[in-house]
Amino acid sequence: MLDVSDLRVEFGGVVALAGISFRVQRGTITSLIGPNGAGKTTAFNAITGYLRPTRGRVAWDGDALGGRRPCDIARRGVVRTFQRTSVFPALSVFDNVRTGLHLRGAAGFWSVLARTARMRAEETRLAAAADEVLSFVGLAHRRDERADQLPYGEQRLVELAVAVAARPQLMLLDEPAAGMTGAEKERLVALIRKIRERDVTVLVVEHDMRLVMGLSEIVIVLNHGRVIAEGVPAEIRAHPEVIRAYLGSADAPA
Amino acid sequence: MIARAAVTALGAGAALTAPWWVANPYHLHVLIMAAIFTILALSLNLLLGYTGQLSLGHAAFFGIGAYTSALLSLPPLEWSFWIALPAAAAAAALAGWGIGRLALKLRGAYFVLVTISFAGVISLISINWMALTNGPLGLPGVPAPTLGPWTLRTKTTYWYLVLAAAALAFVVCHRLVRSRIGRALVALRENEPLAESVGIDGTRYLVLAAVVSAAMAGVGGSLYAHYTRFVSPEVFLFSYTVTMVIMVIAGGQGTLAGPVVGALLFTVLPEVLREAVAWQWQMLAYGIVLVVCVFFLPRGIVPSIVAATRRAARTAGGPPEMRSGSVGPLKMRRGPAPE
Repeated sequence: MLDVSDLRVEFGGVVALAGISFRVQRGTITSLIGPNGAGKTTAFNAITGYLRPTRGRVAWDGDALGGRRPCDIARRGVVRTFQRTSVFPALSVFDNVRTGLHLRGAAGFWSVLARTARMRAEETRLAAAADEVLSFVGLAHRRDERADQLPYGEQRLVELAVAVAARPQLMLLDEPAAGMTGAEKERLVALIRKIRERDVTVLVVEHDMRLVMGLSEIVIVLNHGRVIAEGVPAEIRAHPEVIRAYLGSADAPA
Repeated sequence: MIARAAVTALGAGAALTAPWWVANPYHLHVLIMAAIFTILALSLNLLLGYTGQLSLGHAAFFGIGAYTSALLSLPPLEWSFWIALPAAAAAAALAGWGIGRLALKLRGAYFVLVTISFAGVISLISINWMALTNGPLGLPGVPAPTLGPWTLRTKTTYWYLVLAAAALAFVVCHRLVRSRIGRALVALRENEPLAESVGIDGTRYLVLAAVVSAAMAGVGGSLYAHYTRFVSPEVFLFSYTVTMVIMVIAGGQGTLAGPVVGALLFTVLPEVLREAVAWQWQMLAYGIVLVVCVFFLPRGIVPSIVAATRRAARTAGGPPEMRSGSVGPLKMRRGPAPE
């Protein structure tokens, strides 16, 4: 379970998160929604160690994440993606995923220099694991292409592949569908469900309400740095305060 | 693939037989310097090419290696070269660790500034600590290495020593780069926030790269000291660092063969120019060659040749191969900030 309690983030005098608390149950797909500037990405950054919160507590499975660096948080099974497309541009798709497998390898400096049998076996194992991840996300046909040469939608899949490779227990996806076409979004939804079937808990920030309502079991709504509603999609659609928050906005809940 | 194996075999064969076909001892001297600079360029490339961090104080690690080796093998200690060499690597590595811990929290331009300042300070120490370094007069009489009953005093024997060391440096780089560690370094160069998000410890791997890079430069310094048999504060000259940077960037940063080609070209080129061009035009000609290189082959000589041969193979109907994994021009910024 992801347990966020009283998480507060201030930038100078501006309060981005006013002490929010919520929980994400293991094995669920939960969405974090809210109008622009509600603090969704700030919450992601604070949970994954990219931003130091002013106060508050974040724990995954009882393990406190506060004050840890992103790489240490990843080691505890919490892996995120980024809002803007974020791949290793000059590397092949295959090498992107192999890099994501970093924590699944253990070869240290001396065994790399000696190129020990165990290190070579590990490399073979990692290469096979990378190919497995590529087929899982449906990018096997792009294996040897440079990541930055791929069409936008596929670059976003590379991002997901890198995160999946890190074998997370909790995956935080920051607007994974942004800029995708309708068909790509459908593939994405199917993929996120497949990821969850691998015992991965998923927390999504997303603007596409149709996608959110169709995909998530629990929806948490943020507005002005506060949680204003939490519940199953049907409850959220009917929630008066949510409707008020979105009123007049183009992406009102469908 | 076949072309690459042929080039490698040809290069190795030429290197191993160099004392036979290089009749002029001065030319062999130039080759020995090229081998030492190959080690230095490989060392700098590990940082600049693979992690994207530019050390403009790399001559400091070279100089620390040279002084350490010289001081240990001169009286009163008179240690064997074979102990002084690893000690030189260790001393430089220690300096690399310190600089890495200190400066790599900041990265980019700050790392460049700290390395420049470090080289400046070390250079001042070498000039002013008379009791240890003999100041600007330097340390003469550094002994030639001995190997069992032989002394490696001739250029031919020393050529094989530096050749073996350069080959070893290449193997070290090759193995590091083609591993989980190398992938972590490249990931930090390409996209640091993303690298961190999958559990790559940026500080740890950058410090590791700095330590290995410094140790290799220290080995280069030790080999230089026992070859010229004399060490003075000149080993800290900024021009050494600049030469290394030129070799790496012109040869092809972030590739394994690039620094080797760069080191060979930019050690031999001044000597060729010395014979071909009047002295007042030498540096100008060197500069023109450099500008032409950077202008027409911005990614470096090796990546450009590789790309050209692949294009040729493709138009000839050969199998399509993966695009080169080399990098674009030198990046001096930090990775993109997470949204």
